Amino acid sequence: MSKNVYVFAEQRDGNIQKVAYELVGKARELADTLDEKVYAVLVGQDMKAQADSLITAGADGVILVQDPMLAEYTTEAYTKAVVAVIKAKEPEIFLIGATAIGRDLAPRVSARIHTGLTADCTGLAIDESSKNLLMTRPAFGGNIMATIVCEEHRPQMATVRPGVMKALAADESRTGDIEEFSVEFSEADMPVELVEVIKEEKALADITEAKILVSGGRGMGDKETFDSILNPLAEVLGGAVSGSRATVDAGWIDHECQVGQTGKTVRPDLYLACGISGAIQHVAGMEGSEYIVAIDKNDGAPIFDVADLGVVGDVTSLLPKLTEAIKEYKEEK
Amino acid sequence: MKIVVCVKQVPDTTEVRLDPVTNTLIRDGVPSIINPDDKAGIEAALKLKEQVGGTVTIVSMGPAQADVALREALAMGADDAILISDRAFGGADTWATSSTIAAALKKLDYDLIITGRQAIDGDTAQVGPQIAEHLGIPQISYVEDIKVEGETLLVKRKFEDRSHLLRTKLPCLLTCLAELNQPRYMSIGGIFKAYKKDIQVWGLEDMKDTVDTANIGLKGSPTRVRKSFTKQAKGAGEKINVPEDEAVAIIVSKLAEKHLI
Repeated sequence: MSKNVYVFAEQRDGNIQKVAYELVGKARELADTLDEKVYAVLVGQDMKAQADSLITAGADGVILVQDPMLAEYTTEAYTKAVVAVIKAKEPEIFLIGATAIGRDLAPRVSARIHTGLTADCTGLAIDESSKNLLMTRPAFGGNIMATIVCEEHRPQMATVRPGVMKALAADESRTGDIEEFSVEFSEADMPVELVEVIKEEKALADITEAKILVSGGRGMGDKETFDSILNPLAEVLGGAVSGSRATVDAGWIDHECQVGQTGKTVRPDLYLACGISGAIQHVAGMEGSEYIVAIDKNDGAPIFDVADLGVVGDVTSLLPKLTEAIKEYKEEK
Repeated sequence: MKIVVCVKQVPDTTEVRLDPVTNTLIRDGVPSIINPDDKAGIEAALKLKEQVGGTVTIVSMGPAQADVALREALAMGADDAILISDRAFGGADTWATSSTIAAALKKLDYDLIITGRQAIDGDTAQVGPQIAEHLGIPQISYVEDIKVEGETLLVKRKFEDRSHLLRTKLPCLLTCLAELNQPRYMSIGGIFKAYKKDIQVWGLEDMKDTVDTANIGLKGSPTRVRKSFTKQAKGAGEKINVPEDEAVAIIVSKLAEKHLI
């Protein structure tokens, strides 16, 4: 009998990733609706000291799979670990972050287990009558949303888009069990040899972590204008710079800083859209922001349909004035 | 090297618009294209063939009109093409789709299978890895560089914050990113040849030795679409069209009011 909500707690270099806590937060809500428990599956090496943080974030227990071969992600070894846990524990629901690791691991696991998998979900809920998991995701480039169910197979598996679910505030009074789950590994579990790990040289600001985002679009004109206007504005606001797909395609900003359907989903306290027309693919990645200010010269730009404050104007002349005005305001304060 | 590339014909979703009155998708007149990640897969296969020799076979699952996508791949320089097409395969989710394509691949002799990372209509990125699992071969997804080294491939695999340099023996399956390369155009001679070639069409009957009918089509799909809908736009706030200095003052006062500055 399948039971309980399980979450894959992704780690990189021994650090549990933010998406893991987001999934635990959502899993807590789902499990409470089902009157079941939340378990985080933590796969890696020397991770025990961090397992508690998943419990304070909302899990009832942590299943710890450790081996030197699991220190860095590889498809087969991680698939073997997760499949072993699923076979032993028979979860009702299994959630994985829709990161480059999660989207490699989850389909491999689902194919081995023979269950359904729903990709890149932005909404999860329990159906009141059937108690099945309702998995909602964007498709068609974000133009439509589809709600998917997996009725006959267990676990119900989904990858979940990072930045969409909210982590709970850590509650130090929570307690739970940490179970060391043993899986035997051999050379056969490494059909692909990991020759080298190449870390990104430049440390880019993680735009999903920023409280304030100054985001530029095609309306910024060129790379030089984009940089010379947006960087000082982001600095005075204490935020980071992001961009629309057009700006990434034009080479003005790195893909890691792209907001939208094919980039990242962000929900900062302030999203300042500068010269972004607001294609549906872009809006899909930022509409969850707390407060949206949009500045664009086209009065009919769709970005104004989602903005809390829309300003019709020329970004290249207006934004430098805004930067100065904010600076002055802060100095006076 | 015998290379098989799996491609999908997709509507160009960047051309899809919503009807502002009915809030439904306008599909009429939307062009069909080879999925961009898959097209990079075709280019990667043709490059490998140029380096080490061999054959490039294109496989697609879909309705009869996917023939156009296969002809385009042939015109780019692929050697032959197979269309997996049968009513029995319709309505498949990623599990059933990957089971069906894997059943077709089991009938072929291959060293390397290349798929795109994900299709722009479904955006799941699941079919490639699931095919690899059904075939029991290793996968490397999100591929941004491929080098042949003797009997092995040296592959660069992209993550958000790092890349892995991986060495794999063959056979294996790679899912590649559109950024991997710049796909070549069809040549005039290639187009001419492409329309003279026969595209094999494989139905359920042709695959009966390798396919498990419990795993195909809508019936073989663990997942179902319960409902689909267009998103409710967040309500528009206030829009101002005033002189610049006034606009700047309004923005600053709003940000201050919300304690954002």
